[in-house]
Amino acid sequence: MLMKKLSMAAFAIALSASSALAGEIVLNSDQSDPAPKKAMEGLIADFEKANPGITVKWNNFDHEGYKSAINNFLKANPPDVAAWYAGNRMAPQVKAGLFEDVTDLWDKSGFNDTLKSAAPSMTIDGKKWGVPYTYYQWGIYYRADIFKANGIEPPKNWADLVAASAKLKAAGITPFAIGTKALWPTGGWFDYMDLRVNGYQFHMDLTAGKIPYTDPKVKAVFDKWAELIKPGYFLENHAALDWQDAMPQFVQGKAAMYLMGNFAVATMKDGGLKEDQIGFLQFPEITAGLPMAEDAPTDTFHIPSGAKNKDDAKKFLAFIASPEAQTKMNAILGQLPVNNKATKPDDKFLSAGFTVLSNAAGLAQFYDRDAPAEMAKAGMEGFQKFMVHPEQEDAILAELEKTRARVYK
Amino acid sequence: MSATAARPVRRSWFKRNQIAVAPWLFLAPGLFLFALYVLWPIVQSIWISFYDWDGLGQAKWIGLGNYAELMSDDDFYTSLKNNLIWLVLYLLSVPAGLAIALFLNQTVPGIRLYKSLFFFPFVISQVVVGLMFTWFYAPNFGLLSGVIKALTGSNVAVLADERYATYAIIVAGLWPQIAYIMILYLTGLNNINPEQVEAARMDHAKGWSLLWNIIIPQLRPATFIAIVVTVIGALRSFDLVSIMTHGGPYGSTRVLSYYMFEKALSEYGFRMGYGAAIAVVLFLIMMVFITYFITRMIAQERNG
Repeated sequence: MLMKKLSMAAFAIALSASSALAGEIVLNSDQSDPAPKKAMEGLIADFEKANPGITVKWNNFDHEGYKSAINNFLKANPPDVAAWYAGNRMAPQVKAGLFEDVTDLWDKSGFNDTLKSAAPSMTIDGKKWGVPYTYYQWGIYYRADIFKANGIEPPKNWADLVAASAKLKAAGITPFAIGTKALWPTGGWFDYMDLRVNGYQFHMDLTAGKIPYTDPKVKAVFDKWAELIKPGYFLENHAALDWQDAMPQFVQGKAAMYLMGNFAVATMKDGGLKEDQIGFLQFPEITAGLPMAEDAPTDTFHIPSGAKNKDDAKKFLAFIASPEAQTKMNAILGQLPVNNKATKPDDKFLSAGFTVLSNAAGLAQFYDRDAPAEMAKAGMEGFQKFMVHPEQEDAILAELEKTRARVYK
Repeated sequence: MSATAARPVRRSWFKRNQIAVAPWLFLAPGLFLFALYVLWPIVQSIWISFYDWDGLGQAKWIGLGNYAELMSDDDFYTSLKNNLIWLVLYLLSVPAGLAIALFLNQTVPGIRLYKSLFFFPFVISQVVVGLMFTWFYAPNFGLLSGVIKALTGSNVAVLADERYATYAIIVAGLWPQIAYIMILYLTGLNNINPEQVEAARMDHAKGWSLLWNIIIPQLRPATFIAIVVTVIGALRSFDLVSIMTHGGPYGSTRVLSYYMFEKALSEYGFRMGYGAAIAVVLFLIMMVFITYFITRMIAQERNG
């Protein structure tokens, strides 16, 4: 009798233990800002409602700290799902075998069709390594009211852009706001200059390390860029400013254009600008007839290869790839859903971005995600230096080439 | 007979060696922790510095490869040069701290309040100091650039200019460091022998000669500690560089400890071997000073 009771208890314990394992997924991510946090909370609640019996244990990390934490927890204590980024940014984890191959999920669920625009940036060695759920466009945000007051039409090509800058400068307005203290804003400028001068494939080859930085075509990019730097069309002292620090200049009308990601719109509106004061402009054409590619950094979810509950983790990935989940989440995030069956948020800038991205000849992830980390750091430092000392162009390019030769060996 | 012969045999090994063993037993916990948290990481750092390792995958033995690369790395020399500038200029906090301590070492009503106000910068976290100075230097709205603009008409962003940025950070670092040195000297001044001062006064010593011949020699222990903490503080400067410039503009304000962090642990890093090699170089530089300080300390103890 006693024996039976004991074995029943043991059985019950075993049952509850295994069911706790089967029904819980641990999720690590870095949605520490208010809007992403809210979007994530909604997503988890919806997922749990749609999948009764599965609970999500969510560890929300600080955005910056996450970048150094991920490599530790992937090895030491892998969760079942982890947030990360597409493109070359996930290459170190993929190469180290820390992410699970989810190609079967893509094939089975038709993602190759619905998530087509992000498929190339989720592919390494012909396999898919995660699921994208949001991206956003980059472009030139400009003060529509200032353009109008100075009689400037939104530039369509490079000559227009230079002419508009000259006109603004003459009127005592800095043409471009920028803050390069954190380096990455320079990457946006280089990406667009290279994408417009040399095109998507060249840019991808360059960030993949196949082209030397001393190549005449790279030099041509810098020469074009210098046409804006040498006359002083960028905010002075940008190396001391973060991108937010440069924003007051834009809001106060002391600077008229800002090459940024769509997340900047929220900051502009917080600063007191009305929606019709802000215009969105696709980065203008430089080399005539070249198909226009864009920067569209994509955020993703992955299954660590050491995950304990891969079955439920795959359900979660499938859920977050669905048009309904992406519609709802991106409405809160103020960004664009990747799934082409999803409804895009009803917003002036996102509609413009959606049009630009759906017609893009290719999507780059951003310099610091396309190039390997070490190259990205040295590269963006070089760009920053170039924006302060354009006369040192050759020395900077030689230095970058030295780094390239070492990083990609 | 047999009982007396057996007694020394029965005395345990511990009993026999008690005098020799006891100090080691008392030292054991400390030594164990020191070995685990200080010595072992040093050995490990040196070991890792011989590898090419991204912190994730397989580590590859490359012998002295990382050091060979350091030798031709311009960023490394920039960091080294900046560390040297830090070392020299940071020592200014010693005379400055002494001056303030002498100034504050008087009995007037409310002196305790003044002392604590002067000590305040040291209480604030380095991160906060860095932020405050960043705003102080900030172009457009910072106090300093406002003053410069009023005087010269042009705006200077000291932290964005590679000619001034390192010096601007060191100034920020000196602020709390001077406060620290001041406290060291204030306690030193409390222990000055008043009889000697009185005797000197009778011999008509005053002003500089009193300070130089009577006060400063008696402050020697405080000076020694002040120089030690300042040198070590200068070599491991990290927080301010990280907060104020991220090592920029274009890497011109890097110091060795920040460069090590960048290479090994930052967002664009994950070269553990290379970072460890930088750490080893920094360790060797520190070792030079530490050895000097320790030999001096031992010599003083023997003499005293």
